[in-house]
Amino acid sequence: MKEVLKVVGHNAVRLDIVEKVTGAAEYTDDLAFGPNLLHMAILGSPYAHAELISIDTSEAKKLPGVKAVITGEDYPEKFGLYLKDKSIFPVDRVRQVGEQVAGVVATTYEIAKAAVKLIKVEYKELPVILDPYDSVAEGAVLIHPDLGNYVIEPWLEAQPGTNIGHLRRIRKGDIDKGFAEADEIVEGEYKIPHVAHTCIETHISVSKFSLDGRLTMWNSTQSPHTQRNIMAVALGMAHKDVRVVAPPIGGGFGGKAGISMEVMAAAGAKSCPGHPVKLRWTREEEFYNSSQRTGLRNKVKIGFKKNGKIIAFKHEMFWDVGASAEYGSNVVNATGFSATGPYYIPNVYIDSKACYTNNPTCSAYRGFGYSEFSFGIESTMDKAAKIMGFDAVELRRINAIKEGEGVAYGVAMNPNGMIECIDKVAEEIGWGIEEKSDDPNKIIAKGFASVWKAPAMPANESSSAFIKFSEDGSINILVSGMDLGQGFLTAMAKIAAEVLGLTLDKVRVELPDTDRNPYEWQTVASHVTWSCGNAVKRAAIDAKNKILDTVQRAHFIDKSQLYLEDNGVKCTTQDSFFIPFSDFVITGIQTEHNTWVGGPILGSGMFMPEYTNAMVDPKTGLGGHPMVHYTVGAGAVKVEIDKETGRMKVLKMAEAFDLGKAINPDLSKDQINGGFVQGLGTAMWEECIFDEKGKMLNDGFTDYKIPTIVDVPRDMKPILVEVPQPDGPYGARGHSEHTMIPVMPAIANAVANGLGVRITDVPVTSEKIAMRMNDPKFKEEM
Amino acid sequence: MNHILKFNLNGDAVEVAVKSNEKLLDVLRDKLGAVSAKFGCGVAECGACTVLIDGLSVRSCITFAVEVEGKSIVTLEGLQADGPTQIQKAFIKHNAFQCGFCAPGFIMAATELIEKNPSPDEEEMRHALAGNLCRCTGYQNIVDAMNEVAEDNKGGK
Repeated sequence: MKEVLKVVGHNAVRLDIVEKVTGAAEYTDDLAFGPNLLHMAILGSPYAHAELISIDTSEAKKLPGVKAVITGEDYPEKFGLYLKDKSIFPVDRVRQVGEQVAGVVATTYEIAKAAVKLIKVEYKELPVILDPYDSVAEGAVLIHPDLGNYVIEPWLEAQPGTNIGHLRRIRKGDIDKGFAEADEIVEGEYKIPHVAHTCIETHISVSKFSLDGRLTMWNSTQSPHTQRNIMAVALGMAHKDVRVVAPPIGGGFGGKAGISMEVMAAAGAKSCPGHPVKLRWTREEEFYNSSQRTGLRNKVKIGFKKNGKIIAFKHEMFWDVGASAEYGSNVVNATGFSATGPYYIPNVYIDSKACYTNNPTCSAYRGFGYSEFSFGIESTMDKAAKIMGFDAVELRRINAIKEGEGVAYGVAMNPNGMIECIDKVAEEIGWGIEEKSDDPNKIIAKGFASVWKAPAMPANESSSAFIKFSEDGSINILVSGMDLGQGFLTAMAKIAAEVLGLTLDKVRVELPDTDRNPYEWQTVASHVTWSCGNAVKRAAIDAKNKILDTVQRAHFIDKSQLYLEDNGVKCTTQDSFFIPFSDFVITGIQTEHNTWVGGPILGSGMFMPEYTNAMVDPKTGLGGHPMVHYTVGAGAVKVEIDKETGRMKVLKMAEAFDLGKAINPDLSKDQINGGFVQGLGTAMWEECIFDEKGKMLNDGFTDYKIPTIVDVPRDMKPILVEVPQPDGPYGARGHSEHTMIPVMPAIANAVANGLGVRITDVPVTSEKIAMRMNDPKFKEEM
Repeated sequence: MNHILKFNLNGDAVEVAVKSNEKLLDVLRDKLGAVSAKFGCGVAECGACTVLIDGLSVRSCITFAVEVEGKSIVTLEGLQADGPTQIQKAFIKHNAFQCGFCAPGFIMAATELIEKNPSPDEEEMRHALAGNLCRCTGYQNIVDAMNEVAEDNKGGK
């Protein structure tokens, strides 16, 4: 019998919308800490690469109001998520402009800033590397000479004596034989710049060491438990004595995953016990000192048979991870396994290299590397379609990976709706239908891309949940996933409500507080609906079993005849039987002898994928099961381009993603719209521009342009496809990051289709279109 | 040098000691507890700090506090003295925000627009809100909500 769902799959107003629209939501900077609050400011390095010769803090310490000045001398140890290559404050060298050299804690931010200016630092400049090709060149200066001594996850392959923080290889099949058997070989080389998350809320931490030695941190974060773990280990404290509270967050997009500036706030607080210490990034610091998206230079080579089938695929990726690979190494790892795109390919060769540079450190960014590498693959696919005389959409259909076919590392592909996504997007955008602009100077063109993405996680990532009932039959769900805006709270509420027969107005979901809420690895990888959703479902089933036990014991009805509906318990054999939860979930049920049965109803649930294995053969990337599953999708744009100025406007977008099951279809469509527009920024305007010394030239919103309400297409068509994920809650799998992945290649493909010019370096600006339109170097047959 | 600044905040007369270089945003947030206006950039580029000064939307992060002497300031806290406004109700109905950090600024800018022009067409509305940045939503639900407000106001006010 098909399960009839009452809450899951139906639209609802998001749980947190009222608090956000009324201003009731208190973000970290909105919390009141009283007059005892101290403020912290940071001295950033003016050099991208230099030895630290000396730091003189004596004048800064003398300034009235200054409580502490902290440098690397106080914290010599390294930290990091996957590769411990980062200093809280550096000891002997700086590796990027803005790298925090010292911190000052003072009674006001103004005094802290004034004291920062009194710190005297002597540097000795070193050669600067800003391009990943230069990073791996013979004789390049080593950015991390001690790479071989760093503590590193066992599944990472650092290359000591080079600038390569991690190398992931895939060698599937026989690549030489594959290319020898190919009827057509198509190649391309591409370049993706650093871009910035630009959460509207900058990073902020308020940290406090209370006088009894506890550390409490109020952080704008995606990763409260991971932060607690890193802080407890780094400080040698018991985990129970470190508390991370996560108030509502003003945007994350991966930028607030792991840990970055929060360690400095904790260091400041350690020097001033009893005082909360606030560190809040300015917008400039947000560009430099949080993290950016990895840059990429990549070479794609695809061999096709005459029938359009891909037989061989070679992808060399040189990732610009910036000054630290502590988190970026996992971007390199995840993409190393997946940089074929959503195609079945028998012979695969991938090299994915984490190249240290003296650009700002890169870490997680919505899409986790897949946007960057998909640009090259999907551009090459379009180029190949033209050379071979295939329709670009048809070429993608021919190669679309099916359930059971082996991915690059050999494991069978999960059930998926790739073909359905392709077809629905092609239909919505009017693929194959030629359209003309009313303006003779303008052309209308369309571009297409197919994509996939798997959550990038350690093999033993995990989630857990508590559910507790209150007297009136309402519940509070305690989890440590974060609502970044994607609708996590609403999704968890609906999963629990579905199991427990509750209406949604009876459910609250609490934001993380590591003292109170159970463990969650991090809210990253678009995995919490799947992972934490499974934990919440199990917690709800646990609570349900306790409810049924209580009623069975009190009423002598076998629990197989009981079910939960309408905020209470019903019976399949007695239509009139109904006990509202409010009658017993705290008090228990009174028997005829006036004794009581039951007690407060609680549920707990945990989830961990038990089939994953990150320990692959480093030479081939084979032999493990590093990814849990892939979410597939497709996207297309219709653009209008002025043939004289190159000015481009996106008239329409369509994107379809197979999310297994939409827990809340409206919010899932919102993820597609929002992700598309974030992708649009990176496709058309966004780029961190550096001078030859590594100084960023556009570290503000005036020069680093993100899309406004005027810049977006007037016609946006998000499409949901539902091929259930066997181990997902109600069949759900994640899709929030994925929605920005098709945009860069779809835009470049539209320009190539409309004007015959192939742009291989994003952003695809009007200027580039105008300058290259008539340049034979960029010509692509139409 | 402190100056005793007097102005009206959300209907109440307030008096607060400020330095000559203090910004309105900091005074509202740190000294008066009106934290709905947010710090996003500090240089008037993102719109998260938008408040109404005598009915006009202003970036409080670049406004010196001493400039508002004797003026009337409304923040999101004061806007809804009688419950959520028409604009807020529409934003709730349409799930207009995701992380919500930009919401107070958007609501203030939208309030000014609807006061001046109760039923703007979609392009007028988009241009009026173009100074407020949102990184999450792609703006579609904000547009849908505002279109509904404009439609409801047609033939009304």
